[in-house]
Amino acid sequence: MTHLEKLESQSVYILREAYSHFKNLAMLWSIGKDSTVLLWLARKAFFGHVPFPLVHIDTSFKIPEMIQFRDKLALEWNLNMVYGSNTQALQEKRTFPAGALTRLECCKTLKTDALVNTLSGKWPRYRLDHQTGAYVLDENKEPYTGVIVGVRADEEGSRSKERYFSPRDKQSDWAVGDQPPEFWNQFKTDFAPGTHIRIHPLLDWTELDIWEYIAAENIPVIPLYFDQGKGERYRSLGCYPCTFPVKSTAQNVQEIIEELKTGKFKDIAERSGRAQDKEDSGGLETLRRSGYM
Amino acid sequence: MTLSKLPKMNIVVVGHVDHGKSTLIGRLLADTHSLPQGKLEQVKAECRRHAKPFEYAFLLDALKDEQAQGITIDTARCFFKSKKRQYIIIDAPGHIEFLKNMISGAARAEAALLVIDAGEGIQENSRRHGYLLSMLGIRQVAICVNKMDLVEYRQEAFDKIEKEYRKFLKEIELTPKVFLPIAAREGENIINRPARMKWFQGPSLLEILDSFEKAPSPQDKPFRMPVQGIYKFTESGDTRRIFAGRVESGAVSVGDKVIFLPSNKRSTLKSIEGFNAPARKKISAGYSAGVTLTEQIYINRGDILCKEGEPLPHVSSLMKVKVFWLGKKPMAMGKEYKLKSGTSAVPVRLKEIKRVLDASALTKLNKKIVERNDVAEVVLESSRPVAFDLSSELETTSRFVIVDEYDISGGGIIAEVVKDEQSPVREQISIRDQMWDFSVIDPEQRALRYGHQSKLILLTGSVGMDKKTIAKELEKILFETGIKTYFLPMGNLLRGLDAHVESHRASRREHIHHLGEIAHLFLDAGIIVVATASNLTDEELRELQEVTERDSIVIANVGKNNFHGPIVALDLSEKENPVKNARKIVGFLKEKKVLL
Repeated sequence: MTHLEKLESQSVYILREAYSHFKNLAMLWSIGKDSTVLLWLARKAFFGHVPFPLVHIDTSFKIPEMIQFRDKLALEWNLNMVYGSNTQALQEKRTFPAGALTRLECCKTLKTDALVNTLSGKWPRYRLDHQTGAYVLDENKEPYTGVIVGVRADEEGSRSKERYFSPRDKQSDWAVGDQPPEFWNQFKTDFAPGTHIRIHPLLDWTELDIWEYIAAENIPVIPLYFDQGKGERYRSLGCYPCTFPVKSTAQNVQEIIEELKTGKFKDIAERSGRAQDKEDSGGLETLRRSGYM
Repeated sequence: MTLSKLPKMNIVVVGHVDHGKSTLIGRLLADTHSLPQGKLEQVKAECRRHAKPFEYAFLLDALKDEQAQGITIDTARCFFKSKKRQYIIIDAPGHIEFLKNMISGAARAEAALLVIDAGEGIQENSRRHGYLLSMLGIRQVAICVNKMDLVEYRQEAFDKIEKEYRKFLKEIELTPKVFLPIAAREGENIINRPARMKWFQGPSLLEILDSFEKAPSPQDKPFRMPVQGIYKFTESGDTRRIFAGRVESGAVSVGDKVIFLPSNKRSTLKSIEGFNAPARKKISAGYSAGVTLTEQIYINRGDILCKEGEPLPHVSSLMKVKVFWLGKKPMAMGKEYKLKSGTSAVPVRLKEIKRVLDASALTKLNKKIVERNDVAEVVLESSRPVAFDLSSELETTSRFVIVDEYDISGGGIIAEVVKDEQSPVREQISIRDQMWDFSVIDPEQRALRYGHQSKLILLTGSVGMDKKTIAKELEKILFETGIKTYFLPMGNLLRGLDAHVESHRASRREHIHHLGEIAHLFLDAGIIVVATASNLTDEELRELQEVTERDSIVIANVGKNNFHGPIVALDLSEKENPVKNARKIVGFLKEKKVLL
């Protein structure tokens, strides 16, 4: 087995375990490369089908191509696509771009709060109607008890402490000091009412693995990752006020792989273009405990 | 950090608290230039700012929680590379509180470094971790006697620890690859041969790591694929019925005869399915797969798909195991737990404690419970039979965990099969099914034609409870709706087929067995059998389940329920009108989609 085959097999195993154990299962799809690989792995696991909803948190500040890409794939791949957002904060202009919040506060408001309340079903969810191509109010208000997320252990300090199946309490809090044991591919699949489990099938993958898999499987990714002739590209995608392109002339997947292996990004952190990471040294972990992806 | 194309290996570093695991890893990262750009300088600068001496261990203590407590709390994963390969090095905590984290890390490792402080010598967790490494099946272990600088690099100090620890490892049947004297803080014998321990001929730690080998894939072992799920995505226009799972050992090809255990159902492999992958005729260990079969048989998640003609797993409800216990509450006799092995999950009880070991001292403790951090040899009894291998035969399918309420609270390996009361029956049925000459009409075709599955509806309860009236009413209702059904009271059997068998207590077992065999024929013919039998015991019911099929029996109990465990599908009151009781059963059959 090759390295990528092993990673794929383990991720597929985890996805199938999640599907067997959680009646209300959902997968978070940020439209970025990692969660798009995750989505592809779900199609691998279930032989071309994705038997659970994909949830996207729309901050309204996402780069517009991301939303187009999302809806195109959702229709093509027959996905049960759901989105949620913090409409109240957006109406009241309580955001960083409006000057009312810091970057981190904005992440908490538009991402964490929206995510927690969309997952619990407290706030409205909108589901893609495949007949019309438009989003309609989702009648299913049941909380998702299993949430599949595309985090990787190599991304950021706090993430290296994760489990494949990681419990969250009623407030979506992550008790980082008291993680359940996890060995021999036996996962935490029993949980108390009101709590839920985050499932991390990509934990063992690196940024390079992701791109090599995208190349091997020919997975569609959003063109924002490639240089369109301006000598810059996005290495990590988020909201446009806080995500900046990096200088790079990589125009396709192969060139990105080369750049990661030997070029200038060899030793530079992937999220260096994400401004919110720099505000506080433990910022991401603080956010992460409350449910930020 | 980006990694090259070098092969990967998971390594765990274990040992007692403060024996220098994090320092050792920090050294390996720094000396092999595997840290992200600027990381070393950044941590050194931070130390200067806080006016504290720099330590290599700080490189790993990235998390706030850890720094607050001053101990490593979890198996941080970090990457490091030599010329030969890249290592995913897991820093396992030495603090006893965090044994569950140590196991979570170590279970993923292909090799281990066990660190012992030369000054402090062998401590509680030096032994405990050694024992757990042996139980977790990690065969490549290097013992690093660290902090040699504290004993002036004297060979006698090293030799003393080696002698004592080798004796312990022999008791637990773990053979270490090597004993190494090192001083991680000073960088002695890490990537280079030691400058201050000329008496040591090598190799260095890095050389040792590079000498470890990848574990061979269990491809040449018998085929095992625990079933994760049976998928049919009919709504999306996909008519395939796919049995999905990961091949844990061996290999299987299209056309092979296969058997599912413990349910004992047989079929032939029709195809191997995939998505965006070239067509395959064979799958082997490691791959997450999906297969279709030529016959449409009904099985559940948890069964192990095996290959006929190869050694098969054992099937029993009793097993002798070695466990380690991590639960906050002790493991106690009589309490019901959940045993998860492969993809199966069954209720289980502690039947007998053979011995409890204090892993740190390896002395035999006379205890009636298994407490947190204990290692024990016990006999487990599951409420229904489980398919498993022994740890001496096939590692993966011999492993299990135990869930207490919501939490994984223990784990272990199955060391021996203990025959249960149904073992002889199971053997006979296995031979029967193997030799059975099957009709060309498969059960699914029959069910589609008849509009219902076949089932054994078994009405039971104490003598004097009127079961027959309900049974007859049920047969009538079913018959009138066009269902193929037959009333079979135990009494008819005694006066017919079993007329020659003397009617005394000892032959009761034979009658039960015959009832099962007759029901098995009716079930095979696609019929809903409505049988009655008084005073059925748990063990008699188990026998019926073995002789027919577990899922094909619906137990309806009239009056007081004397069974142990949740076997009864329907509790009926003897005071209720029999017609109403019969309708209740019909409702149940509709709900369970027995009637299509």
